[in-house]
Amino acid sequence: MEKQPTRTFTIREGNDSIVAQKANKGKSIIVDVDARGLKSKYAPFMDIDGELLFSVVPALIMVRVLRRFLDLPTRLPRVSQALGWIWVPMAVLFVADQIFRFHTKLLDDGYRLFAYTVGVLVLAALRHYRPARTVLLAALPYVLYLAIELMLTAGGIKLGKKYDDIVNNSEGFALLWLFTFFLIARSQKKTLEKERLEREAEEQERQRIAAQNVELERLVAERTSALTRQAEELRETLTELKTTQAQLVQSEKMASLGELTAGIAHEIQNPLNFVNNFSEVSVELLHELQEGPLQQLPDAEKTYANELLTDLVQNLQKITTHGKRADSIVKGMLEHSRASSGERRPTDLNALADEYLRLSYHGLRAKDKSFNATLTTDFDPGLSPVSVVSQEVGRVLLNMFTNAFYAVQQRQKLGQPGYAPEVRVSTHQRAEEVEIRVRDNGTGMPDSVKAKVFQPFFTTKPTGEGTGLGLSLSHDIIVKGHGGTLQVDSCLGQYTEFIITLPI
Amino acid sequence: MMKILVVDDEKDVRVLFEQRFRREIRNGEVAFSFAYSGEEALAYLREHFSEVVLILSDINMPGMSGLELLRHIRQDYPVNPPPPPPTVMMITAYGGQHSYEEALRLGADDLLTKPVDFAALKEKLHLLNNA
Repeated sequence: MEKQPTRTFTIREGNDSIVAQKANKGKSIIVDVDARGLKSKYAPFMDIDGELLFSVVPALIMVRVLRRFLDLPTRLPRVSQALGWIWVPMAVLFVADQIFRFHTKLLDDGYRLFAYTVGVLVLAALRHYRPARTVLLAALPYVLYLAIELMLTAGGIKLGKKYDDIVNNSEGFALLWLFTFFLIARSQKKTLEKERLEREAEEQERQRIAAQNVELERLVAERTSALTRQAEELRETLTELKTTQAQLVQSEKMASLGELTAGIAHEIQNPLNFVNNFSEVSVELLHELQEGPLQQLPDAEKTYANELLTDLVQNLQKITTHGKRADSIVKGMLEHSRASSGERRPTDLNALADEYLRLSYHGLRAKDKSFNATLTTDFDPGLSPVSVVSQEVGRVLLNMFTNAFYAVQQRQKLGQPGYAPEVRVSTHQRAEEVEIRVRDNGTGMPDSVKAKVFQPFFTTKPTGEGTGLGLSLSHDIIVKGHGGTLQVDSCLGQYTEFIITLPI
Repeated sequence: MMKILVVDDEKDVRVLFEQRFRREIRNGEVAFSFAYSGEEALAYLREHFSEVVLILSDINMPGMSGLELLRHIRQDYPVNPPPPPPTVMMITAYGGQHSYEEALRLGADDLLTKPVDFAALKEKLHLLNNA
């Protein structure tokens, strides 16, 4: 190999980089010695300023590190994009160098400084992000060092050996500083990242809880409305149960009273029969006495004896009369225990009610010609036939009508002006039963009477006029005999209404 | 003369019947015997069966009821053998529909309702006597 004359050979000391440059026949050998070690780059085929080319590598690395470390694409997307063009100034310089052949180290260092300054500016732009601030703090001394070095080189200022050492040491210090703080920044970033993740998890948790709260609120509202509905239903059921209970107690009371009444009647019947029979037979005996042995007496005695006998017969007849009266009461009582004799047949209750209404009205008119009342009938034409013992239900109706006429008659006697007695009977078809209402605008009754009206022997009529068994028997017939209900509604001085329901 | 056995747990029945049938007893048309329970009636019948033409029995009695008595009578003295079986009339309480039917089923000849209508009873006895 032919020995080439040395065109340029510079050993630069005063900083820790020694650059040996030798150019020969379009070939150049670049020796770069610095604190990081010795790199030898050999570009034998092209006569270009390779160092400038290579200085792009740390710049690109820096860009990459910045992007990765600071999440530039998300934090500063446009800056991140712009950083992708960091090689362009270098390329421009390189082309310029190729054309003008500056052959100077300044280009290289300048570009590096430029790149690092850009990095510092990016960091400064992100100074609110703590790791970025730390990296800025880390990088600043080194960039400052590079700037000073460049100024020194550019100014061609030679420092004394003492200052050279300081500069050399400060580079090492700056690098150490750079790495240390970079590591700190990394740990800061990790911490921040961890915090961020925790915050995110917390946020997610919070959102989940919020969603759960909403769901819970909805469930609570749903449950509350369901409970309210249930409570309402329960209240209704309770009211219904109470009513049913009251009715049951009432009918049970009536039933036991009916049984008691029948039992008493049975017990009374036999002695009463004896009373009646003996009084009757005594009358017979007295007649016999009068016709037989008495005729033997002297006339004076006979008259006296006859008087006594007449009185005795009269007394015995009184006993018989009242005995018979008691007997008819006992028979009424026994009706309570009497098994229904009639047969159940489908009956048109409209016709039955009409028949008995007229019957009782004319019965009353026969006794009291002056009595008059309006009879109003309101029969449901769609009333289905009900299977009943028609004589029994007829008896109940007769009882109702008789009571109604009695009540209007009593009110009429009060002589209220403008009073028009009215007895109204109406029938109604219900879902599973038939309803008969007998209403009069008579004297009505107070609650105390209403409460006892179905009890045997309870009557408001004067002694001898009513036995007090009519309504208690009616109750028996409707409730026990036919499985229906018998209720009363009344307002004192205004009206009384009996409501009979019979199951279809 | 017609012999009648009256069965009733009420002792006053005796006085009542004796007074009611005073004239008939006096005239020797009828004669009454009284038993105060079903058991007593059966005991009486064992000794005087052939004499008794008519039995009048209450149904409601403590111990053996009238209906049981009726069943005994119909079992112990079947229809065919020479002395004809007595006519049995049961006396039922008012409204006793069930015992009414039961009595007819057990072979009662007639039923009377309490309180006994003596005029009607006399009429029936008259018919029975003439038969």
